[in-house]
Amino acid sequence: MNREELRGLVAEMLGGMSAPVPPQTGNGAAHAPVRPAVPEAGDLTRVDLRKLYLVDNPVNPDAYLALKARTPARIGLGRAGARYRTETMLRFRADHAAAQDSVFSDIPDTFAAQNGLVPVQTKCKDKDEYLTRPDLGRRFDEENQHIIQKTCGTNPQILLVIGDGLSSTAIETNAMDCAKAIRQGLRAAGTELGDSLFVRFCRVGASDHIGSLTGAELVCLLVGERPGLVTAESMSAYITYQPRIGVPESARTVVSNIHRQGTPAVEAGAHIASLLLEILKRKCSGVAFRQEVGT
Amino acid sequence: MEKTSMLSVGIDLGTSTTQLVVSRLTVRNTASAFAVPKLSITGKEVLYRSDIHFTPLRSDTEIDANAVAKIVEAEYRRAGIDRAEIETGAVIITGETARKENAREVLSALSGYAGDFVVATAGPDLEGVLAGKGAGCGDYAREHRTPVLNLDIGGGTANLCLFDREGEPAETGCVNVGGRLIKLDGQGVITYVSPVLDGLCTLRVGQTATPESLQPVVELLVTALEEAAALRPRTALSERLTTNRLPDLAGERPVLSFSGGVADLIYTESPPDWLAYGDIGVLLGRAIRRSALFAASHIQPGETIRATVVGAGSHATTLTGSTIAYEGMDFPLKNLPVVALGEEEVSQPPDALARTVGQRLTWFWEGGEPEPVVLALRGMKSPGFDELDRLADGLTRGLSPLLAAGLPLAVALDEDMGKALGQAMLCRLPHPRRLLCMDGLDLRTGAYLDVGRPVGSALPVVIKTLLFSS
Repeated sequence: MNREELRGLVAEMLGGMSAPVPPQTGNGAAHAPVRPAVPEAGDLTRVDLRKLYLVDNPVNPDAYLALKARTPARIGLGRAGARYRTETMLRFRADHAAAQDSVFSDIPDTFAAQNGLVPVQTKCKDKDEYLTRPDLGRRFDEENQHIIQKTCGTNPQILLVIGDGLSSTAIETNAMDCAKAIRQGLRAAGTELGDSLFVRFCRVGASDHIGSLTGAELVCLLVGERPGLVTAESMSAYITYQPRIGVPESARTVVSNIHRQGTPAVEAGAHIASLLLEILKRKCSGVAFRQEVGT
Repeated sequence: MEKTSMLSVGIDLGTSTTQLVVSRLTVRNTASAFAVPKLSITGKEVLYRSDIHFTPLRSDTEIDANAVAKIVEAEYRRAGIDRAEIETGAVIITGETARKENAREVLSALSGYAGDFVVATAGPDLEGVLAGKGAGCGDYAREHRTPVLNLDIGGGTANLCLFDREGEPAETGCVNVGGRLIKLDGQGVITYVSPVLDGLCTLRVGQTATPESLQPVVELLVTALEEAAALRPRTALSERLTTNRLPDLAGERPVLSFSGGVADLIYTESPPDWLAYGDIGVLLGRAIRRSALFAASHIQPGETIRATVVGAGSHATTLTGSTIAYEGMDFPLKNLPVVALGEEEVSQPPDALARTVGQRLTWFWEGGEPEPVVLALRGMKSPGFDELDRLADGLTRGLSPLLAAGLPLAVALDEDMGKALGQAMLCRLPHPRRLLCMDGLDLRTGAYLDVGRPVGSALPVVIKTLLFSS
C-alpha cells in the first residue's frame, strides 16, 4: 500500500466517522434535562427522583423517564466531566443524612403511652450501646422480664410486639396503622389479641427472649429496617413460630418493605393477619413454612 | 405459589368468520420472597388456533346457534381440550353479527357451553381494544414509545383503537367498513347489499357486478377509513358510517397497523382473484393498499385475521391485586354491573357516604328489586387505619340493603388496600358473611365485571366496558 492509498483509506475512515447520524425517533421537542418542579424551594429531598432526568441531549427522554418510573435507582443523572453533577451529589448526601438521622433519633417517650403499648427496654443503656452491642439488644434485664411476663401472661397464642430497630422514623410512620390492621384482620377471623409491648433498643432476636419468658406460640415483631438511600421509613414484620432463645434465623418469616412507596401499612397488616393464622395452622415459620405451603 | 397457569379460550363470532383459540396464561409471583406477594400474568401463549369458519347464519337476521355450537364442540375435540379445564376467556360477538336478532341468546348459551367461567362480551369499544391487543399493537407502542392506531377491518365493521406511548388503549371508534357489506356469487351476481350502504351506492341484489362497477363504493369506504384515521378532514361520509364514535386523535400522528380479515389482502404482494371470497374484501384490501392509509407510516402486526380472537383468548383476562378479601362467595360471578363513586363522594363522613351509596345502589334495581352490584372506588394511597375504618363504616352501612336481601357485598378499589378494607367490613357484618373486596381494578359506571375462581391469592377478572351498546 503506497502513501496515496493510505491517505485515501484514512480519509474514507474519517469520512465514515463523521457521516450524518441517522435521525432518531425521539419526540424532537426538548433536548434538555427534565426537572420536575421543586415543591418547596431549597429542600432537595422533596424532588421526586423518579421524575428527574439530567442527561444532556437525550435521544428519547420519554422512554428513559418511563424506565425511571419503575425503579428508585439513581440513574440518568448525567455527569460533569467524570463526576456527578452538584445537585446529584447534594441529594445523595441529603438522603444519606436522613438515613443517619433515622438511626440516631429516638422514638419519643410518649409514643408507647399514646398508643396503648406497654414500654420495655432491652439491656442496652443508650443508642450508642445499641448500635455497638447487638447481643444486648436481644435480651432484657430482670425488671423488664417481669413487665413482659406480667403483660403477656403465660403461653399466649399470638404476641404482637413493636420495636424501634434501626429506624425510629419507620415505626413512628407505619407501626400503629399496621398493628391496628393486624388486630382487625385477626378479629375478622375471630381471634382477639392481648396488649402489645413496645421494645426500645430492639433487635429481631428480642422476640426469642420474649418467647422464652412467656411460652408464646408465635411472636410477630414490627421493627424499623436499617434505612437506605431510597427510604428511611421502611418497616418489616418478623414472625417466629415458637420463638425461644437459640432458635435459628431460618425459622423467621419476614414481610419487608412496608412503607408508603412499598406495601401500604394497613394492607401489609391485613396480609400479616392472614399469614399469622396460616403459620399457626401449619405450626412452623420461616423456611419450613415456605416448604410446607409449597412456595 | 411461584408459578401457575390458566387455560383461556377466545371465541369470536364475527360478521364473516367464526374462530376459536386456546391460550395458556402463566401467572407468577413477581415479588421477592420477603415481600407481600404480587401476582401477575407473565406469559400468554396461544396453544391452539382453530380453522377459520364462515359464521353460520340461518337467515340474514338470525345466527344458526346449533351450527355454532357444533363448530365449538369440534374444535375443542381437535384441540384435545375438555371444557371443564377452561378457566377463563371471552366469547365475543362482533361486527354485523352483533345486530342479529338472536345475538344475545346465542352469546349467553355459548358462554355457558364453552366453559364454566367464559364470559360473553360485545360492543365495538371492547372489540377494538381486544383486536389491537391481540394484533400486538399495545406491545409495539410500549416498546417503541410511539402511538399506534390499529384498524381491525372485518366483514362488517372496522374497529379502530389508538394505543398511547405506554401501550394502553386511549381511544376507540368504529365505522361500517368491511369486506362483506356486499356479497356476490361465483358469477359476480350480487346476492347481498348491507343496509348501511343505503344511499351510498345504487347496486342492487341480482345485478351482475364487475370490479369497475364496484370501485366507486369501495373508494367511498376507503375515504371513510382515511377520515376515521384523521388522514383527511372528517366529513358527513365518515359521520354517516360511524356506529358509535370516531377516535379522537388530537393531532397525534400514530403509526398505523391493520388487522382483521381484510388486512391480509392489504399486506399481500399477490392478491387472489377479486371474487375469491364472494365479497368485496379483495377489492377493499387492494384499494387500501393504494390509499393514503398504506402510504402513511405503518407496521404489519403479528396477528391479522386472528387478532380479535387472540385478543379475546389472551388479553381479556386480568388479575386483581394479590392482597384482597372474600368470604362466602360462590365463584365464578358473572355480569356484575359496576357503580362507581367519585373521590369527593368517598371522602364524605360515614353517614353521608352511607346515604350516597344507598341511593347509588338503586340505579340498577329495576322495579326496586335488589340486585347484586359492584361498588367501585379509587381508594387512597397508603391510608391511615382510622381513615380506612371510617370508609368501611360508611360503605358497610350504605350497602346494607344488599345484606337484607341476602345478596353478597362487592367492592372494587384501584389502590392497594382491598384486604384491609375487606377485613374492616367483615368485622362489621353479621354471620354468615358474604363479602368480596378486591383491589387493583380501575372501573367505571356502566362496565360489567366477571370474576373467576381464585388463582393463588388473586382472582381472575374480565372487565366488560360495554354490553350491546345498540
